[in-house]
Amino acid sequence: MATTTVDPAATAGTGPAAGPGAPVARHTAVADALTLTWRNLLNLRRKPQLIVFATIQPVIFVLMFRFVFGGAINVPGTSYVNYLMAGIFVQTVTFGALSTGVGLAEDMTNGLIDRFRSLPMARSAVLVGRTLADLCRNVFVVALMAVVGFLVGFRWETNALAFSAGLGVVLLFAFALSWMFAFVGMTVGDAETAQAASFPILAPLVFASSAFVPLDTMPGWLQAFAEHQPVSITVDAVRALLLGGPTAGPVLKALLWMVAIVAVFAPLAIARYRRV
Amino acid sequence: MPSPTSRPAIVVEGLGKHFGEVEALKDVSFEVPRGAVLGLLGPNGAGKTTSVRILTTLLPPDTGSAHVLGLDVTTHRQEVRSSIGLAGQYAAVDEFLTARENLLMVGRLTHLGRAEIRARADELLAQFDLADAADDRQVRTFSGGMRRRLDLAAALVHRPPVLFLDEPTTGLDPKGRNDLWATIEQLVEGGTTLLLTTQYLEEADRLADRIVVIDHGTVIAEGTAVELKARLGATVLELGFAGHEDTARAGGVLAPLGEPTVEGSVLRLTVDDGARSMLTAVRALDDAGLEPATAALREPTLDDVFLALTGRRADDTGPDDAAAPPDGTTGAPRARGAA
Repeated sequence: MATTTVDPAATAGTGPAAGPGAPVARHTAVADALTLTWRNLLNLRRKPQLIVFATIQPVIFVLMFRFVFGGAINVPGTSYVNYLMAGIFVQTVTFGALSTGVGLAEDMTNGLIDRFRSLPMARSAVLVGRTLADLCRNVFVVALMAVVGFLVGFRWETNALAFSAGLGVVLLFAFALSWMFAFVGMTVGDAETAQAASFPILAPLVFASSAFVPLDTMPGWLQAFAEHQPVSITVDAVRALLLGGPTAGPVLKALLWMVAIVAVFAPLAIARYRRV
Repeated sequence: MPSPTSRPAIVVEGLGKHFGEVEALKDVSFEVPRGAVLGLLGPNGAGKTTSVRILTTLLPPDTGSAHVLGLDVTTHRQEVRSSIGLAGQYAAVDEFLTARENLLMVGRLTHLGRAEIRARADELLAQFDLADAADDRQVRTFSGGMRRRLDLAAALVHRPPVLFLDEPTTGLDPKGRNDLWATIEQLVEGGTTLLLTTQYLEEADRLADRIVVIDHGTVIAEGTAVELKARLGATVLELGFAGHEDTARAGGVLAPLGEPTVEGSVLRLTVDDGARSMLTAVRALDDAGLEPATAALREPTLDDVFLALTGRRADDTGPDDAAAPPDGTTGAPRARGAA
């Protein structure tokens, strides 16, 4: 990746400006990304309302599906609340992914991206720092949703290890989606548009999926989409890890989707970052 | 590569840039010697920011070339970035971090050593009179002037030999502007090469060794502030009247003093000897039974330079003018600006 080669001719002979301030050559893209992760996490800590509002919506979903719709939905072989939680985890991080794009769009609007681009830092760092910080945020949000799930009666039907693996899959999926919305944010360039542009992408992925209801009640044409799209695939993998059943196949399929999403959108987002 | 000391710090040759149909820059050329200060003067939409964005590697040019310390800004971006600092019209600091955290972040991203990052942050916070507010306040609570000073400090963390300031004082109140000017003057004394864009002749006059006036993406004049003002006469005599009729009559009465220009009920004359001309003008008006409602002597402004160079006013340049943001002029910064 980007390594800085400091041309001695560039900084030599410039009088008082050169000297101890010249950048050291030992630098890695990792260090830059971690610096920006630190910065984004500090931001997050100082805007706790963002996390609060990001978690209120999924909590409402849990309560609504558990107590309002849940009674009318029959799922094979388990209680609805147990069925529901895999969907809730994935839904939460899926909607949460748009904040990656919103955050980057804000950085663009207020000029910070220009400052970063004028510094001799790795060109991947702004985006990696953002997606890593969002991963940390998701760890917190997913843990919170797990607590809410237990409070409304969710119990895993496998074991703690498989449950943890399920949450791990959720977090990896969140990280992959961050890259998709990083691209959206870098493309539209302002926070409101990023928000507005993300919803039409997210809504069909979340609702035309196996997150809340079994697919077999959907019309055939919708099933064809719902069965293969990444949210359903990921929900199926997580559900298998939480409730039992074959796991290797679904988890592998989910991981393939994530790799594909990152492989497509990470280069696109970085190319955008370099151009804006 | 030839010795870097043998050539100017910034060389711009035939720079051109389109944004769709809009030709932001057409064939712009200029040079900035090492350690010198160049003022890029022009109204909004003239191409100042586009020039700075190209020179700071943020934007590739369509045509022409730009070199900073002998390094091509399109092919040696990372090396150029190590040697430049950029502070902008829109103060690019993280609002939710403290001033110190902002400087530490930039220090890490410019790959200074750990101890040096901390020392440099201390040094800059003191230099820019931000030490008291460095740790317990998020930047979003800062006044416009404090924010600009932090933005400038952030551009200086890695001691760049070449500094770009894009309209550093736009949106600041007069005190904030004066403080920032004093700070910039100190920097320049330290030998930093500076390219400064501004809409204010006064600012270019005070800070710049040479001024390049651009308009509609072209260089329309170049010289020292003195040379540019010499094209105008030293002083502008401005007289306001109660009605257009009086103004027109006054124009006739004062014709012997110069070439009066009339705009609404205001009459302007550029003159060499302000006080004497004022006396002469008032006497002549009195003799003619005309009484001005207002009378003022002032330094020529960018408007006057533009009027003289282009025959029109600086703010008549088109739709992209309206963009100037009312940047945070909240509260008067209490700072002295420089230690």
